[in-house]
Amino acid sequence: MSGPVRYTLHHPKWYRRPVSVWWWLESWRYAKFVLRELTSLAVAWFALLALWKVRAIATGPEAYAAFLTRLQSPFWVGVNAVALVFVLYHTVTWLNLAPKAMVVRVGGERVPDRVIQGMNYLLWAAVSAAALWVLERG
Amino acid sequence: MRRGITPLLWTLFSTGGTLAAFLFPVHLFLTGVAFPLGWLEPPSYEFALGLLRHPLTRLYFLVLIALPLFHWAHRFRYTLYDGLKIKHLTLLIVVFTYGAALAGSLAAAYTLFWCVP
Repeated sequence: MSGPVRYTLHHPKWYRRPVSVWWWLESWRYAKFVLRELTSLAVAWFALLALWKVRAIATGPEAYAAFLTRLQSPFWVGVNAVALVFVLYHTVTWLNLAPKAMVVRVGGERVPDRVIQGMNYLLWAAVSAAALWVLERG
Repeated sequence: MRRGITPLLWTLFSTGGTLAAFLFPVHLFLTGVAFPLGWLEPPSYEFALGLLRHPLTRLYFLVLIALPLFHWAHRFRYTLYDGLKIKHLTLLIVVFTYGAALAGSLAAAYTLFWCVP
């Protein structure tokens, strides 16, 4: 039985069930996961839109007016409405996961998930109201 | 991708995700829906420029644009892996995603700190 162990370059291939590219349509859970992952596209889109807006303001009054007019077209309103739905989905999933990301203890007791989520939603409301207030003064 | 940089990329992902979660809905609602449909009045040019001249506002927009772009890069990278099953194209995907985020961030920094009159 003894003797040198012989290795080959080719190890046996494990059997793997082939998975379709459409695996995530098999159940609602998977679909929700993929929709959540796709929210990153809406996030990137708004970052670019913000950059576009900043450029317009930096360029001058005409560019700013043109930017505002351009966004009034049904196409851009449609794109932004869809993006808003995805961004809101990102916010909700992100805030709901917050208790998993940060475990807070007060006096040795773990703060309940619901409390942490509630405080995050309150902070979201406050921050949104503050942004609205700053922008609507002008 | 080397393990050494992964924690940094993950931190950018999570900070950018938090910023986007808290701040993107209100800004996207205003810029993309409420202003175009006339529900609310957009800021006048003078007011917008005045805001943008303030260093804190520039910093705010730089962070608001750059970090969520890295959030996108990190998440979209894994979306491409899982969704399209193309993990073997790692190098190409990494260069495309983080490269695009870096380019967008640099463009934002240039616009905010060198182009505002």
